[in-house]
Amino acid sequence: MTNYVHQPLFMTGDEFSMATFSLLDPEGELYEGAKEPDLPRDHARRLYQAMLATRILDERMMAAQRQGRLSFYMQSTGEEAAVVGATAALDDADMIMAQYREQGALMYRGFSIDEFMNQLFGNELDYGKGRQMPIHYGSRKLHYMTISSPLATQIPQATGYAYGQKLAGDGHCTLTFFGEGAASEGDFHAALNMASVHQVPVIFFCRNNGYAISTPSTEQFAADGIAPRAFGYHMHVIRVDGNDALAVYEATRQARQIAVEQNKPVLIEAMSYRLAAHSSSDDPSGYRAKSEEEAWRLKDPILRMQKWLLKKGWWSEEEETSQQETLRRDVLDTMKRAEKRSPPPLESLITDVYADITPELQRQFDQLKRHIRRYPEAYPRGARSLDLEVNTSTDSQGEA
Amino acid sequence: MPTMNMLQAINNALDIAMAEDDKVICFGEDVGVFGGVFRATSHLQEKYGKSRCFNTPLVEQGIIGFANGLAAQGSVPVAEIQFADYIFPAFDQIVNESAKFRYRSGDLFNVGGLTIRTPYGGGIAGGLYHSQSPEAYFTHTPGLKVVVPRNPYQAKGLLLAAIRDPDPVLFLEPKRLYRASVGEVPQEDYQLPIGEAEVIKEGTDMTLVGWGAQMEVIGKAVELAEEQGIACEVIDLRTLLPWDADTVVESVLKTGRLIVSHEAPLTGGFAGEIAATIQERCFLYLESPIARVTGLDTPFPLVLEKEYLPDHLKIFEAIRESVNF
Repeated sequence: MTNYVHQPLFMTGDEFSMATFSLLDPEGELYEGAKEPDLPRDHARRLYQAMLATRILDERMMAAQRQGRLSFYMQSTGEEAAVVGATAALDDADMIMAQYREQGALMYRGFSIDEFMNQLFGNELDYGKGRQMPIHYGSRKLHYMTISSPLATQIPQATGYAYGQKLAGDGHCTLTFFGEGAASEGDFHAALNMASVHQVPVIFFCRNNGYAISTPSTEQFAADGIAPRAFGYHMHVIRVDGNDALAVYEATRQARQIAVEQNKPVLIEAMSYRLAAHSSSDDPSGYRAKSEEEAWRLKDPILRMQKWLLKKGWWSEEEETSQQETLRRDVLDTMKRAEKRSPPPLESLITDVYADITPELQRQFDQLKRHIRRYPEAYPRGARSLDLEVNTSTDSQGEA
Repeated sequence: MPTMNMLQAINNALDIAMAEDDKVICFGEDVGVFGGVFRATSHLQEKYGKSRCFNTPLVEQGIIGFANGLAAQGSVPVAEIQFADYIFPAFDQIVNESAKFRYRSGDLFNVGGLTIRTPYGGGIAGGLYHSQSPEAYFTHTPGLKVVVPRNPYQAKGLLLAAIRDPDPVLFLEPKRLYRASVGEVPQEDYQLPIGEAEVIKEGTDMTLVGWGAQMEVIGKAVELAEEQGIACEVIDLRTLLPWDADTVVESVLKTGRLIVSHEAPLTGGFAGEIAATIQERCFLYLESPIARVTGLDTPFPLVLEKEYLPDHLKIFEAIRESVNF
């Protein structure tokens, strides 16, 4: 019903103030009035261990990139609680369509260190057949859509995917991760509008980590973050402390209920901070103060969860130490194996472009093979794939 | 056999596809109750319900993004972009996403079920934003298939093939012919092959290649040429990506002359691709330079569209010049 007023009334949105849902303080204590979520011991441990493993993988792989063993890497340091906490609240068969910084979701669902390494090194066992840059993981088995580099494209796709789930009536939903920078893209608005109009069981999960490469969020939007945009789309929304795994878990668990039981989309904005660089090609010291990073280190999501677990007696210092050691060793051993594996076969150049290889692609490939046979030393990987003898010293792993 | 216009044939194909497979879902701007701005989706919502045939908000990038996700999920989306002129907001989703889904995931995921329908081309007094032929942008994109029917029979058979094809298909419908082209169309289900050109008419002196609405124009030019005793072979490419070079090569080896015609501007147009391939494979057999009869390198005009468009007289002149070279 139209609500008439008879004096001009301009509104700016400042009339609303989005609160932030938080359960654990930085010391791992429940805030006064906070209710502990129903998170059983084993589930809590699985969540924590995936966060820890993600941190260790990130540290090791960043070092490997600096050593020149890997062409590129992206860390999720500081955002592990947001990613893993959300994933832990889903059914393992719900679809995840991520942006690129969500290795924690795969870690939680059981993507093995081997599987990570095979993708990072683009070897013959990489599911993506060595076609995409490192960190573009995907797993059909784990319901994790292969990452695509163009920003925000996964967001309307998540709406479409979830619409298909709704029609299939299988009781599943889709969660899509993206950053606050990606929320500037048209795809974001298209996705929210379509999901809202068509009543789609999708969870839009914004990791507001403060920076889009070097652009601070203050230069990304003028309003109070991403969450209030949901009002314009008539959508359920919650803002959550992204460094508090328990709060993220509980918010996502309830969002999933709304999505699946009511066939409605939900927006979650997790307030966090990208402690590391955007990628291995980035240097944050060029655009932000060290003191800002230090302040956020005090809110480290892993330490917060760890303190809570220790207090409950669900985790111990010994387990912490042994898990860290085991993982570091495992990552290093697995990395060495993955580096040594063969590259994908030459034929992977032309497969999967279409369901079947077209005559023109076959013609171009035959021509390429003739050329490689003539100059095998110039194309050592291709030559080896054709069983030609080459001097291996000319080949180097980790070429960008 | 019933007679249908191209819109009825398209509607009939969608009806058959939706009846056969409940995973087939049609959507786009105004396609619901209204049946689409050209009525290609008439009565589908009535028959199959709002969940399988519906209006979307006016957001092309959203329509194709949504369609990509839906196809990745295992559904069979048939998304309509109301005019090909308005496909560009969805360019990123088509070129970077639809086309590369299978390749970049190593076939873990694909959007093979996706079909994008869109009306293209001039001749309807549509001016620069309702007349474009954007096919060449998409023929530069491995992973897509680009299909253009020339009459109602083709439209039905090729659309059914596109919907069932294991790769994403961009289906360009010549809107000038939507109602103008009428012909016999079998009521039953049938498919025409994607990736194969059709030799419409055999001849020995000259090969003419085109697609979509241009085939009718080529036909008229050929009638004029035959009055002059020039025997033309006419090929409808039907699929522009991947295109059937072998059929064109075979024809040019026989005739020694080639003319390609399209409505889109000359520079960077698909005729250039055909010309390059044919000179590579038929060089010693060519009796005259390969000719291109196309639109001008300008935006599409409104009032002077007859002057702009490659018509039968322009093609006839190209035939005469080729023969007299």
